Amino acid sequence: MPPAITEPDRTVVRVEIAENEDVVVVRQRARDQAQRAGFSLLETTKLVTAASELARNALEHGGGGYAILEICSEGSRRGVRMQFVDEGPGIPDIEQAMRDGYTTGKGLGLGLGGSRRLVNEFHIESAVSRGTKVTVVRWR
Amino acid sequence: MDRVPILRMGRTLLVTVQVDMHDQLAVRLLDDLTAMITKTRARGVLIDISALDMVDSFIGRMIADVAATSRILDAQTVLVGMQPAVAITLVELGMALPGVRTALDVERGMELLDAARDH
Repeated sequence: MPPAITEPDRTVVRVEIAENEDVVVVRQRARDQAQRAGFSLLETTKLVTAASELARNALEHGGGGYAILEICSEGSRRGVRMQFVDEGPGIPDIEQAMRDGYTTGKGLGLGLGGSRRLVNEFHIESAVSRGTKVTVVRWR
Repeated sequence: MDRVPILRMGRTLLVTVQVDMHDQLAVRLLDDLTAMITKTRARGVLIDISALDMVDSFIGRMIADVAATSRILDAQTVLVGMQPAVAITLVELGMALPGVRTALDVERGMELLDAARDH
């Protein structure tokens, strides 16, 4: 009997973030995952926008890193979990960094605080001179 | 080098953003538009983003910068075609684009520019 043809496992996707164009790739992969998880257009737009902000943060402030985008479930509900990891200088004062308008870069300071409003769960870990890891989940 | 094309229609510059812009491309568009306003003595700039399925804080700031810069150069900017899901997300992100005139589609945007010129 021929081996069964199985779909490649695309539930976990990793994207390297090293340059500007990679932020666009993260957006596209986040969109793919949102669609696989059955998100509505608005839910998809919010997830993709949060992905863009967080990927840019990893690039601008963390000097690059990677993103892991995966479909997750809890009981009957499905969602997308996104993790953004960099090995940059870290954030000394997370509370301050989360505030709207606070920026050390050339942006508007909406990246962290803004993306938190676009997802259901938001978790940030950072160690000075070790890097930053942001994990977010948006449920359907 | 990637560029977003800018069309000239009389005294109006028309930009239709059709690609998912990375940051450098957005910055280049702002530079190109500013140069074109001066060179062509344009009085209006119409930016159509109906093909964009996402506007984040960087692209939002670029749009606000185009509007502010063109105003100083005596040209009006009108942003048209934003998808409802994009608008909702942008406001939730914390960016309501104050100071940017908007219209539902290109036709209404043109009317807005024409009206502004007659005053």
